[in-house]
Amino acid sequence: MAEIKKKAKTTNPFEIIVEALFNFFENKVYLYAFIALAVGFLIIFPNVSSRFTQEIMTNLFFYVVVCLGLNIIVGYAGLLHLGYAAFFAVGAYTTGILSSRMGMDFWLTIPFSVVAAVIAGLAIGFPTLRLRGDYLAIVTLGFGEITRLTIRNLDITGGAIGLIGIQRPVFFGITLNQISHFYYMFFILAIIAIIVSYRLENSRMGRAWAYIREDEDAAAAMGINVVTTRLYAFIIGSSFGAVGGSFFAAKMTAISPDSFMFIHSVMFLMAVVLGGMGKIPGVVLGSMLVVLIPEVARGIGPYRLLIFGFLLLIIMLYRPQGIWPDKPAISAKE
Amino acid sequence: MAIHEILIQQLFNGLLIGSFYGLVAIGYSMVYGIIKLLNFAHGDIYMLGAFSGLVFLSIATPAIGAGWGSLILGMLISMLLVGLVGVFIQRVAYRPMLKAPRLSILITALAVSMILYNTVMLLSSGRFLPFRTEISTESFFLGPLRLTETRVVLIVAAFALMFIMHMFITKTMYGKAMRAISLDRDTCQLMGIDVYKIIALTFFVGSALAAAAGIMAGVYYGTIHFYMGFLIGLKAFTAAVIGGIGIIPGAMLGGLLLGLLESFGTQIPFIGTVWKDVFSFAFLILFLIFKPNGLLGRSESERM
Amino acid sequence: MALLEIKDLTLRFGGLCAVNALSLEIEEGSIRSLIGPNGAGKTCVFNCMTGFYIPSDGEILFQGQSLRDKKPHYITYLGLARTFQNLRLFKGMSVLENVMSGMHCRTNAAFLTTVLRTKGQKKEEKHIREVAEECLDFVGILDKKDFIASNLPYGDQRKVEWARALATQPKILLLDEPAAGLNKDEKSRLIELMHRIRDERDITIFLIEHDMGLVMKISEKIFVIDYGVKIAEGTAQEVRDNPKVVEAYLGKEEEETA
Repeated sequence: MAEIKKKAKTTNPFEIIVEALFNFFENKVYLYAFIALAVGFLIIFPNVSSRFTQEIMTNLFFYVVVCLGLNIIVGYAGLLHLGYAAFFAVGAYTTGILSSRMGMDFWLTIPFSVVAAVIAGLAIGFPTLRLRGDYLAIVTLGFGEITRLTIRNLDITGGAIGLIGIQRPVFFGITLNQISHFYYMFFILAIIAIIVSYRLENSRMGRAWAYIREDEDAAAAMGINVVTTRLYAFIIGSSFGAVGGSFFAAKMTAISPDSFMFIHSVMFLMAVVLGGMGKIPGVVLGSMLVVLIPEVARGIGPYRLLIFGFLLLIIMLYRPQGIWPDKPAISAKE
Repeated sequence: MAIHEILIQQLFNGLLIGSFYGLVAIGYSMVYGIIKLLNFAHGDIYMLGAFSGLVFLSIATPAIGAGWGSLILGMLISMLLVGLVGVFIQRVAYRPMLKAPRLSILITALAVSMILYNTVMLLSSGRFLPFRTEISTESFFLGPLRLTETRVVLIVAAFALMFIMHMFITKTMYGKAMRAISLDRDTCQLMGIDVYKIIALTFFVGSALAAAAGIMAGVYYGTIHFYMGFLIGLKAFTAAVIGGIGIIPGAMLGGLLLGLLESFGTQIPFIGTVWKDVFSFAFLILFLIFKPNGLLGRSESERM
Repeated sequence: MALLEIKDLTLRFGGLCAVNALSLEIEEGSIRSLIGPNGAGKTCVFNCMTGFYIPSDGEILFQGQSLRDKKPHYITYLGLARTFQNLRLFKGMSVLENVMSGMHCRTNAAFLTTVLRTKGQKKEEKHIREVAEECLDFVGILDKKDFIASNLPYGDQRKVEWARALATQPKILLLDEPAAGLNKDEKSRLIELMHRIRDERDITIFLIEHDMGLVMKISEKIFVIDYGVKIAEGTAQEVRDNPKVVEAYLGKEEEETA
């Protein structure tokens, strides 16, 4: 049998550290111990931190949920989605309208927001994905803008002012209205999102996305329906965004078109690309960067987007796989 | 106003706006044709053109005034400068990505767009800037049509540019090389065509046209803004799809058609100006469903 | 009835005629070849059969069912599997994952079962893995299943493509120049493998080939095309003696290889 060797040795200190970490966590016991520690820490975190830090952490979990959804589309299926905030808006407004105008219970609104996202996803995904994958990018960009215009101009969405009076969710008799409540709610959502992503990634469907990403024609020749498989990714990913939007609406109790701008779509995308497309830890890392950098470096305020633009360019040019490294490859020795 | 007067007026408006769309769409379509890139930054190039025109005017006005002469000079200089910016972007950001997965180059284009409009936003403090000229705004009538000198010159200039562009693509060696590369880049390389040079030229021409459209839009609307390129980028893509993406006469036709659709669409009750952009987006989706190869495109049976 | 029947197949690109009124039949359990000089339109025939090109005219019947206007993935589902002339592996993925792709059209776990990890889904995953490993074993590279596909030597990459095609559980296997780039030793093992595929797995084989020696050895019947037109068909001997074939193809080829 051919010898197995790791990728060529590197002198980059970052890579050496990462490789050491990979090797360390090769041992499943260490890995599970680490995960248990991390989860344990995050569970007690609200008891040892200020409301302000809890707010930031809640925002981080929220980013993880939404960006993992976007990652299904961009990372797994290799499709660029530039209107993700629109799907997020679809979810938020579905919940917002049903809750504030019709008094529906929060939990009941979630299936509606998923259905709305699926319909919207089919309406723009089907005509576009039938053609070329990269048309999706610009069509979603247009859809993002159209959605924002629509919610600005309709009465039912409250126009430019938006909706107020969205009801707080009630969970086993407790009305969720403290920041720590939302901290736990989004924490649980993030964990669910990670598990769902992990299971999808390592499944028949996840592999099909990878095959299409690698070689569309070969995938078709292997019996994979390229259009429907992509459409699945697009719709599942968009539904993640809609669910994120529903919870966002419940947390804020008021929403307006300003929360669903193109910039937000770009920030979600940033998180996915910076950390590493298609890699769950990468997306978590990317979300941390996007949420925490502006908090840590407050001075960058107006320059934030310019800096992120350059970061995106540099990542694409020099490290397209993102900051999080790929698993070391096994190759045959000649 | 009688109904036919409204119609004629809207026809004129549609053609004028449509010619801006067309000029931007040409660059969009050319770049897509040659390297299969949806260049998100193209709308920002248009915006850059408008701003560089404004900078020129603010420098030149004290010396030579802001009449047609200095405007045309400013337009030529801006076309040259912005064309070079386009080439520079192509060289720095896109060329290294030509062999990378399609997704990477799309994200690169997005990054370029962010860099461009945020830079201009910071420089202009995000304000609407007046685009002042000394051109007569007095209107006169041509039959039922109410015109101003500006509008007449703009529409003539836009159509002249499109005509020159058409001649360039169909009659010169460069134009032929461009079309050849869009068919098969590798073979062109083997045939001794300097592919990179032609790609650079494509970016130059496309960016210059977008810059021209930007300045013309500045003159037409009277104000400019760092975000003005965003929507027109979408419209240009729509125009390119309507005409058949990658086909240059198609881009012009698509631009004019979209301009007309919008200008008549806004006359329909319920649609109005508020829903204008939603209306043109709906057209994009309809075209993608029913005529994905555009008006001038051929159906593609040849794949792989 | 023949397993696969091509009737008056014509494919035009603009004015150019790549395939012209080609008719042929392939019986179940046979090994058939399509040969012809470079640019004769062989790969175009494959692309029409597998749905990558839409024929301008004519009919392709598989078990009596028309393949016209069927999408490539559906044709694979019906039981036609193909390999590519220039390897089209999923380069960044492991050998095993590559072969598992073939099972996609024979399985059906969807979103909910995947997310909930139902028993059925787990069983299916196991089944996919087993079939893929069996196919790798069949072509003889099971020991390399965890390698990244693009890191394998060329000959092994070819085998991955074969295993991947076998994993779709086809009734007919379309091989596009399977011997290209292989050495003499590998070619003789290839012939053995083709016989095993036909005899042990009951899969009909239709191949396009350039290597005359190989075709002569393996095919019971050969079709020869030139400029998209069928100029001869018959056994190796018959084809070899056909003056038209000699003129179009063999004459030159034999001089070169002699």
